[in-house]
Amino acid sequence: MSTLVFLEHHGGELQKGSLGVLTKAASLGDADAVLVGGGVTALAAEAGTYGAKKVHVADDASLDPPLPQARVDVIAKVVADGGYDTVLFANSVLAADIAAGLAARLDAGLNWDLVDLTSDFIGKRPALGDSVLVDVGWRSTPRLGLFRAGSFDAAPTGGGAPEVVQAAVELEEHSRAATIVDQQLEEASGPSIEDADVIVAGGRGLGAPENFTLAEELARALGGAVGATRAVVDAGWYPYSAQIGQTGKTVSPKLYVALGISGAIQHKVGMQSSSVIVAINKDANAPIFEFSDLGVVGDVHEIVPKLTELVNQRKGS
Amino acid sequence: MKIAVCVKHVPEGHGRIDPGSKRLDRSGEGALNHFDANAVEEALRLKGDGDGEVVVVSMGPEKAADSLRKALAMGADRAVLVSDAAAEGSDLVATSKVLAGALAREEADLVLFGQQAEDADGAVLWAAVAERMRRPVVSQAAEVTVTGDTVRVKRQTEFGYDVIETSLPAIVAVSDAINEPRYPSLKGIMGAKKKPFETLTLADTGVDAADAGEAGSKTEVLALGNPPARGDARKIDGDANAAQAIVDFLAEKRLV
Repeated sequence: MSTLVFLEHHGGELQKGSLGVLTKAASLGDADAVLVGGGVTALAAEAGTYGAKKVHVADDASLDPPLPQARVDVIAKVVADGGYDTVLFANSVLAADIAAGLAARLDAGLNWDLVDLTSDFIGKRPALGDSVLVDVGWRSTPRLGLFRAGSFDAAPTGGGAPEVVQAAVELEEHSRAATIVDQQLEEASGPSIEDADVIVAGGRGLGAPENFTLAEELARALGGAVGATRAVVDAGWYPYSAQIGQTGKTVSPKLYVALGISGAIQHKVGMQSSSVIVAINKDANAPIFEFSDLGVVGDVHEIVPKLTELVNQRKGS
Repeated sequence: MKIAVCVKHVPEGHGRIDPGSKRLDRSGEGALNHFDANAVEEALRLKGDGDGEVVVVSMGPEKAADSLRKALAMGADRAVLVSDAAAEGSDLVATSKVLAGALAREEADLVLFGQQAEDADGAVLWAAVAERMRRPVVSQAAEVTVTGDTVRVKRQTEFGYDVIETSLPAIVAVSDAINEPRYPSLKGIMGAKKKPFETLTLADTGVDAADAGEAGSKTEVLALGNPPARGDARKIDGDANAAQAIVDFLAEKRLV
């Protein structure tokens, strides 16, 4: 087995999700990695820590914008030249587009939304709102797999410095057409929700932007970070950097507390792999209760202040 | 400007997987994938009062005509359905080939997709179609503007927004945050019946039967199982004791 893992980077750091997939790949056999961008060579060494034997690096200013198609060109050549039979990705807006482009380029099967992979190449994919766990396979190589974010923890394997090899940068015409003309990156304040063990998230059910203090105070008591649904971010109640869901961040904390969140699919995909989910919502029929470990049908404005007080008391005792 | 919109007909309500074929059961009632309604709406908005054309394209069973008619009722001008038994059970590799074949006939300036299929949770098809058509692609579009032969897209990512420009022809997948799709008016529904509706076979798309359906697919469903249980899901009333009950639960899980 020879597996290649796509390493995504942002702000000069390798993304935890792709390091998690690398950790998993290294546990199944020999794993190499591919890193594509501008000024990324220095990041290659860290991949060795997570199990990469070799890191293919395409470091070129033309690859600096995080766009998928140029990455398809680079990775397709690495896969062909290196004879890789498996290529794995941690899901993200960028990685999903690369994986699908690569599938078409190589006529290779892509299974997505995977949460696990066995050593004999059976992928595990929850389907139909996670009511079914489907075993999926590949009929040919290379096999492409896109994992749900948060599927695997990134864990150092004790590996040494990887061999770093330069990957060729030969871009197709259609891959050079798109350019990024402006970027508005939002920096999170407070603890990063991707790294937090506890997340308290608020939705429309909080009623008003100022009621996010309920979420903030409970998060402080539990030592966690604050998240938000797309509905409230779109409404301007809370910054985009806190948005959890399909078009925001994907998180898998030990504890997820959902306040006034209905649990629409857009939100669910971003938090469903949390270990324990507690939901408080007035609507007894809210979908969030279908995937909560503890569901409380009630008013967040009454319950949350009391809950925060009790948690603080417990900490104090 | 000519805009093509790819849409999917998905089973209504909670889907079920047929244990025999291990495929999604598509025998019941279906509806227009609601994420695709955002793409139809955006196409209609971009066309505006201009003399462009909006053509909706789908691949699916004959019943998928219902979803195309809904898009026509919303205001699309023309519909194309690729319906062929040999295309049933197509995975990403096969579906992208068939759709690219159908789209190649249209030579649209802009091809739009919705952000995901609500039945299979797929959110990648556009990138595979773009690769086959060798066209630039941008996904997660929260805003789309077209000026001359350039499309400008505000792409929402995990980190904020990127403003991306590319030349036409291009492929764009829109986010469901981009607009509120209109409901078809009664006049629209009546008018939809008279709009051009073309049904294509696989051969019309130029794709061999060996490259479509199960035969052309590179992935397969091996088995269906039950997901690991979430444990004992509990639901309680939010009465005066609720806060204490939550703390007790968290203590039991060693989370406080």
